[in-house]
Amino acid sequence: MSDDVAVEARGVSKIFGASTDQEVRALDHVSVSIAQNEFFTLLGPSGCGKTTLLRLIAGFEHPTDGAILLEGKDISALPPFQRPVNTVFQNYALFPHMTVAQNIGFGLEMQGQSKDEVANTVGAMLVLVKMENLKNRRIDQISGGQQQRVALARALAPRPKVLLLDEPLSALDLKLRKEMQVELKRLQHETGITFIFVTHDQEEALTMSDRVAVMNEGRILQVGAPHEIYNRPNDRFVADFIGDTNFMPAEVIEHDESEVRIRLPSGIEITIPAPPGLPQGSEVTLAIRPEQARIVTDADAISIQGSLTDEIYIGTDTQYRVDIGMTSPFVVRVQNANGERARIPLGSRVGIAVDPRTIQILQD
Amino acid sequence: MATSSRPFSIERMPGFSLLALTCFFALYMPLAPLVVYSFNAGDNIALWEGLSLRWYVAAWENDLVQSAAIRSVVVAVIASVVATSLATMVALGTTRTRPYRGQTSIYAMVNQPLMVPEIVTAVALLIFFALIKESTGYHGYAYLISAHTAFCIPFAYLPIRARLEGMDRVLETAAADLYATPWRSFTRVTLPLLLPGILAGAMLAFVISLDDVVITEFVKSAGQDTLPTYMLGQLRRTITPEINAISTVLLGVSVVMVTIIFFLSRKKA
Repeated sequence: MSDDVAVEARGVSKIFGASTDQEVRALDHVSVSIAQNEFFTLLGPSGCGKTTLLRLIAGFEHPTDGAILLEGKDISALPPFQRPVNTVFQNYALFPHMTVAQNIGFGLEMQGQSKDEVANTVGAMLVLVKMENLKNRRIDQISGGQQQRVALARALAPRPKVLLLDEPLSALDLKLRKEMQVELKRLQHETGITFIFVTHDQEEALTMSDRVAVMNEGRILQVGAPHEIYNRPNDRFVADFIGDTNFMPAEVIEHDESEVRIRLPSGIEITIPAPPGLPQGSEVTLAIRPEQARIVTDADAISIQGSLTDEIYIGTDTQYRVDIGMTSPFVVRVQNANGERARIPLGSRVGIAVDPRTIQILQD
Repeated sequence: MATSSRPFSIERMPGFSLLALTCFFALYMPLAPLVVYSFNAGDNIALWEGLSLRWYVAAWENDLVQSAAIRSVVVAVIASVVATSLATMVALGTTRTRPYRGQTSIYAMVNQPLMVPEIVTAVALLIFFALIKESTGYHGYAYLISAHTAFCIPFAYLPIRARLEGMDRVLETAAADLYATPWRSFTRVTLPLLLPGILAGAMLAFVISLDDVVITEFVKSAGQDTLPTYMLGQLRRTITPEINAISTVLLGVSVVMVTIIFFLSRKKA
């Protein structure tokens, strides 16, 4: 991966309905750099501003404040048809009065390429998305998955500097979606084009991306590789939005450069590696992933005590819910190795053991 | 209960089919004698004397009918083409722009011919055109054509607007994303998808212009009879089945046009 920047947003804000009483701040001083040839995902719940950011890069909207840069050049004022950036739309937006081949060739034709050039590129794109034998079909004569491929081919054909994908898989059923996830990764690898992918599906984001930006309420909360986002969320929203997480209030009692001593609500004190910049004596929230905790039946020195309320079998895993005297139960997920699992009677006292290194400290 | 599990359907309401049949009967029954007697061999429009096409031949050979028919078609073609072009522009201006002040009043103004009683428009045009005729001395077809154009606009506008509103605007966004300038996006994406609506609007305008009586009767100068005003004139004298024959042909034209409009409007966007 090259370190050159493909797209950069610099302090971008977008306010809809400015100077009316229904002012909506869709983006709030967002700055982010996306590298060349990167599979970059904007992840967040609906209304978080991810699609607005994508539309600003495409040129369908213009920023209220800040600038969008493409390979270092400010493109904020350019209309969409002058930006070497293409979009795969959520519902594909294929032209219903054209054939598959005509759809794919549209961008090339608008760029003023000759008939032969257009035909050659369209042919290559049809091979790339495995649609050669359907090139003369009308759009309403092909399936949703095939339409998805045509939309991809149409957007990739003009060889854009950046491909924008606006929740393109959300209309597909689960099986097709998994296939297309693999397909998208392959296409990105084969074309070497920077992909900016918008989704609200955290699993999709984690499996496909080189880097993920988690967004909420018009801001980017954290940018990082999937494992960083998952294992080291720096914000309660990020920890909650990505995967399942147990939250637990705690108090910092002792603190040095490498370690921090923390008191849990039950009075138990534990020592865990210190994250940078933690204020002394403060109230914090601990985030613990369900699969990073274990159920122990014998008394353990650093365990949290509670009574088992539920045991849920979910195929590969078994989920245990333990009442530890807080509003929500503590969830522990254990893999069902060898198809066997330990039977623990409901209501019995159990301990939850956690490796201190996997505990994440979030500042409130 | 067995019936309550089925979804509500008006077809199972008591008397529904009877009511429907009555409506169809009331709408189409009066047309039957008109069509039947157009094929009458005799001179009387109410006394059957055998099957014949003689009144069709008579109408065809009647110079007055011929010239009125040609006049009707020419006026209807020009009026519907001009009205449809204007209506297309208005429809684009009221759907493909950012919302602006006065958008609703434009909508109301364009549809004004549908609300204002035709006779009022006719009298107003008569007075207005009389003033122009007096000052310019021009007595040609421009009056008739512009009057027809004006009242055809809303009929052309409605199907075009409906089509535009049903069209996904993301298609135009996609065209812009694929390097199409606004003009090429219009000619390559918007216009082809709008075409069925434009054709439907034009045909509706044509039919409306073709059978207009009231405004034409008030606006036409001497010797400018269209087919409907010619027929109206004939009714004041002796009525022969020739009128039936002409009416039947007009009816046929309308039915064909409306059928085409129906299929055009049903075409998927």
